[in-house]
Amino acid sequence: MDKNVKIEIRNITKIFGKNPQKVLSFLKEGLSKKEIFEKTKQTVGLNNVSFEVYEGEIFVIMGLSGSGKSTLLRCINRLIKPTGGQILIDGQDIVTMNPEELRRVRRVKLGMVFQNFALLSHRNVLDNVAYGLEIQGISKDERHNKAIKAIENVGLKGHEESKITQLSGGMKQRVGIARALANDPDILLMDEAFSALDPLIRNEMQEELLALENRMQKTIIFVSHDLDEALKLGDRIALMKDGEVVQIGTPEEILTEPANSYVSRFVAGVDRSKILTAESVMKRPEPLVSINSGPRVAIQLMKDYGISSIYVVEGKNRHLKGILMISGALEALRSGKNLEAAMFLEAPRVAPDRSLNEVIPLIAESQYPLAVVNDSGKLLGIIVRGTVLGALAIAGENGQNEASKERNPEKKTSEEKTLEERNVSGKTFEGKPAEKTVLIGKNEGEAGPPSKSSGVPNAQNTIINNGIDSESVPINNRTDIESVPINNRTNIEPVPAELTAKESLGSDSGQEPEVKTC
Amino acid sequence: MLTFRLPVGDTVELAVDWTEANFGPLLDIISKQLDFLISSLKNALLFLPPELFIAGIFLLAYFVGKRNIKLAAGTAIGFFLIENMGLWTLSMETLALVLSSTLLALIIGIPLGILSAKNTTLSRILKPALDFMQTMPSFVYLIPALIFFGLGNVPSMIATVVFAMPPAIRLTNLGIRQVPKELIEVADAFGSTSWQKLSKVELPVALPTIMAGVNQCIMLSLSMVVIAAMIGARGLGYQVLLGIQRVDIGMGFEAGLSIVIIAVFLDRITQNLSPR
Ligand SMILES: Nc1ncnc2c1ncn2[C@@H]1O[C@H](COP(=O)(O)OP(=O)(O)OP(=O)(O)O)[C@@H](O)[C@H]1O
Ligand SMILES: [Mg+2]
Repeated sequence: MDKNVKIEIRNITKIFGKNPQKVLSFLKEGLSKKEIFEKTKQTVGLNNVSFEVYEGEIFVIMGLSGSGKSTLLRCINRLIKPTGGQILIDGQDIVTMNPEELRRVRRVKLGMVFQNFALLSHRNVLDNVAYGLEIQGISKDERHNKAIKAIENVGLKGHEESKITQLSGGMKQRVGIARALANDPDILLMDEAFSALDPLIRNEMQEELLALENRMQKTIIFVSHDLDEALKLGDRIALMKDGEVVQIGTPEEILTEPANSYVSRFVAGVDRSKILTAESVMKRPEPLVSINSGPRVAIQLMKDYGISSIYVVEGKNRHLKGILMISGALEALRSGKNLEAAMFLEAPRVAPDRSLNEVIPLIAESQYPLAVVNDSGKLLGIIVRGTVLGALAIAGENGQNEASKERNPEKKTSEEKTLEERNVSGKTFEGKPAEKTVLIGKNEGEAGPPSKSSGVPNAQNTIINNGIDSESVPINNRTDIESVPINNRTNIEPVPAELTAKESLGSDSGQEPEVKTC
Repeated sequence: MLTFRLPVGDTVELAVDWTEANFGPLLDIISKQLDFLISSLKNALLFLPPELFIAGIFLLAYFVGKRNIKLAAGTAIGFFLIENMGLWTLSMETLALVLSSTLLALIIGIPLGILSAKNTTLSRILKPALDFMQTMPSFVYLIPALIFFGLGNVPSMIATVVFAMPPAIRLTNLGIRQVPKELIEVADAFGSTSWQKLSKVELPVALPTIMAGVNQCIMLSLSMVVIAAMIGARGLGYQVLLGIQRVDIGMGFEAGLSIVIIAVFLDRITQNLSPR
């Protein structure tokens, strides 16, 4: 899919203070925001920020308080004028625009939604929503018609004449969104739009924003300090720290490939099972057997891989037909049946975009690996219990260690630092003693830098050592995979890499090369 | 201590003389305009017979006071009492003076308040000036007013305006500065011009505070009524002054009571006009 760049932000810097030139030279020398503040009493709001926002996406700007999120957002509609850099909206630089042009762009292209609603309490709902149209000099009838549509769009029909003071927080923010939509802008800027709402309403509003986005295809830039919200809403997320963008990526990239220890610490508390999808944790569907093969081929494959069941597919497209058990295959061999008759048709399957949350119960119930199948029936991959646990654990623990070791080599030597990081990361597993985490951290450290493949067993050790008494594995209190006993991972072990090379074994009939190419 | 006396008083006198000498004709024009304003207002107030006026004021109080029948009835009774005491004409004269002074004070004060909210330099300059205007005993304003405009209603009005204007400036300034930053951002983010921002966001949001300023301005104008009578303002203030001179308690009390009635009426009306 081709993505159109809607907003291009190039080297934006914002210094709050009287003498920005001095600060700029300090920044060039590599001084930190804190050092600069101590020296000059000036604040670095943004430091050399560059990224692009594509048309129709929800781009979330995330970061701790004071990291510059609001400043960045306000630079885009120039409520704050950047000290340096360019912001191109549809190719037009808003930083250098004259006031007339700026007003026009703000009226036509940019809508904004505020954290504390910022409604005009001397106006009723309708006139609040119509504000943007009113200042464009649009006639009363026309602007009221448009405003009424916008009000319907956010589900407030019938409240047109209500006073602002009569509305609940959630309703107020709906008015705020309707006001931004009434102008029909291309871009919506939302600064912590849902932060002032209580959790239930907040959730509801998030869902509705997603639904709205589906209908209207606006480009939305959403500021949030809440990681769960960011992961839920964002097509892509920019994580900020001290006025700089630390990482930009999809929610999954942020979770699974944190760019540095800051990011991984930031994401440490998140409930990964909600975010990771079936697709992101599945492994290559190997081995497979073609439906035209004889039972002998199937038995040989299962033997070679040391597994007790195998997926049966048809044709180049790996169209999933069913699953064959070793017992069924042996039976077929004896009685001379073909595979189609011997396999189970109702192989457990799941769509690639299901969240891990939904996958976990399925896999807990099933004896077999789960097939990840797209709309047209193609087998994309399989999920075994080990992969799920591995994915959860890698993202939680080892991904982080890896990152801090790879990207911050100078920090590696500091034992203290490492311990501290471990401690922070330990938050993933709620309510366990910190001491143990530290211990585990040390063990791991001695074992050398863990790689992703070693991540699975390591992570499981971690889990078990974390003071959990039975075999059940609560990764985190919020997930529901207690029902997945570790020792009971059955016979579907992840396939060691060397073994997969043994693909050319189709000795018996040699009629399935199309199956092996993934 | 200094051995010579600093010529503060002499200097002020010189400045006043100089102004009088150089701007005499201009002052005459201003004087004529203001006099016309006051007398037209007075004539308008006296145009209706008292009965009709009281009926009108009853309705006004009723509707402005959000259908508060007590307020309306109290107002009507008060004005009836004024009429009954034979102070109607004098009261209308006073009312005309107070209202036109207030009007002038607001016409100057509110825009100055807006400007000083937008311009910090201006507000820094204005602040000591306003402090000065408010703390200087009000009698002192009478002297230059007397010199520039002679005796009569106009100098009284000028002195009253100078005395009553500061709260209008102050509270307008305050009200606009207190408009939440997010609302200003709304105005800007949606592409308002400065005028749209002022008229559709800042002034309406600041209105309660501005109305408090208007209320104070009216009350201060009323408090100048008796003092202004010393330089020739006619009406109830002069009656009070006469009462003092003649040691006529009854006369002074009746006039004083009428001022109180007008004050309470104006206070309630302006309070009810302000939103929230
Ligand atoms: N008008 C200003 N004058 C001086 N410093 C400012 C101004 N606005 C913001 N800052 C500073 O710039 C930095 C970034 O502020 P910003 O409001 O963008 O943070 P944020 O990420 O939105 O935080 P929050 O989550 O608290 O809203 C902070 O250090 C803040 O103190
Ligand atoms: Mg903010």
